[in-house]
Amino acid sequence: MKQPQQTIKTIAVEELIHQIHSFHDDGYRLVQISCASEGDAFEVTYSFDKELTLTHLRIPASTEKPIPSISRIYLAAFVYENEIADLFGIPFSGIAIDYKGTFIRTSIPHPFGSPQISVVKKKPEGQHE
Amino acid sequence: MSKQIIVPFGPQHPVLPEPIHLDLVLEDERVVEAIPSIGYVHRGLEKLVEKRDYKDYVFISERICGICSFIHGATYCQGVEQIMGIEIPRRAEFLRAIWSEYSRMHSHLLWLGCFADSMGYENLFMNCWKVREKILDVLERTTGGRVIQGVNRVGGVSRDMDAAELKRIEGEIPGLRDDFTELTRIFDEDLTVQTRTKGIGILPKDKAWDLGAVGPVIRGSGHAVDVRSTGYGAYDELDFKPVVRNEADCHARCLVRAEELFTSLDLIENAIDRIPAGDILAPVKGNPSGEYYARAEQPRGEVIHYVKANGKKNLLRHRVRTPTLANVPALVHMLAGCELADVPVIVLTIDPCIGCMER
Repeated sequence: MKQPQQTIKTIAVEELIHQIHSFHDDGYRLVQISCASEGDAFEVTYSFDKELTLTHLRIPASTEKPIPSISRIYLAAFVYENEIADLFGIPFSGIAIDYKGTFIRTSIPHPFGSPQISVVKKKPEGQHE
Repeated sequence: MSKQIIVPFGPQHPVLPEPIHLDLVLEDERVVEAIPSIGYVHRGLEKLVEKRDYKDYVFISERICGICSFIHGATYCQGVEQIMGIEIPRRAEFLRAIWSEYSRMHSHLLWLGCFADSMGYENLFMNCWKVREKILDVLERTTGGRVIQGVNRVGGVSRDMDAAELKRIEGEIPGLRDDFTELTRIFDEDLTVQTRTKGIGILPKDKAWDLGAVGPVIRGSGHAVDVRSTGYGAYDELDFKPVVRNEADCHARCLVRAEELFTSLDLIENAIDRIPAGDILAPVKGNPSGEYYARAEQPRGEVIHYVKANGKKNLLRHRVRTPTLANVPALVHMLAGCELADVPVIVLTIDPCIGCMER
């Protein structure tokens, strides 16, 4: 049995807070915030649930420009925002509980912010056909 | 106002099976604020998806957690199957549902045991784990693995259960139901359990929703949030009704888990009655392209596996939002205002799975 199709609405960063307020006022539950690389930049996706249906909002992101935190609207967002800031190096402005890079301790800073790993198979040196 | 002091709780603490650190800001014996921090067991498993074939990665996704491993693997497969447009055999979906419910029972019994242990109730702890062995025996018999089952594949499952095995499982269910009845009676009626859990760690209904809690945490606060209600996999054909309680305290969360043991047995009986004959693995050709947020109900609550691919054999991104991470804000809320002695009990009622949370 296939699962339901999902739609992801892409919006500008400037519209984010307004849209999140609408979701909050309409009684949606914040399910998660995720980040993925998209070319040289990133995309951050906010997922909400109401009556067992998922709805997604997506904004473009980069490591230079801070994203306004939604943790003043949905407090639960602080874990996801700190996680994205620690793993990807994307800054968030105004997080309700800001760990300033110490939420997830990693041996190297922003390990997920590096470019996509490409796997290249090489023959060992000196091996002939 | 008395002087505030900070007491570190974890990452090594007798009540914590896995490492999480909490800075507890105290006034006398009362917790004013709890500040969690994680990162002790972060393994970067999500990044590994960029180096592994998407079919091989099923085995890594199962290893995100040592308790709810089966459902992690199944949900990852659901996501990949969705973006590849694979309709898996119906029998495979039923088998996944049966093993998922066994996983849930083994996780809940493990938790009930740990919870009893956190209250100093050693004897009850051993009883829970004794019953859990029976569940693990079935998992081992039918999949070959007690903890990591390794039977999920993109396109279905790798092992079937024959009619004799299904009959044997069905025959064992009444005995398990008797065991669960006795355990639930103790968790519900015992004075020690009641004293340590009733009216403690309150998470009001509106707060549970606002803080994005999931699983038994939100169901213990009166919300019927259970992904199985969406009918994913074989659940659309099974008679499922979420267990919900309204007391919103530690006792309610404990009883949600205890009562879910019976729900799991009912679902397994249902599945055995209705499982169709047929294949268990659909052929899989090519590589995935697209993205999907697959979700399922783990013992600890809703899990999200996000998969994104661009037609190559290595996925671009795999992101797992585990239930424990979603329950951390609720935990912070519950701890504020509690007594220091109640902290271990409250922490355990979110059933924290830290290895899972940090991936």
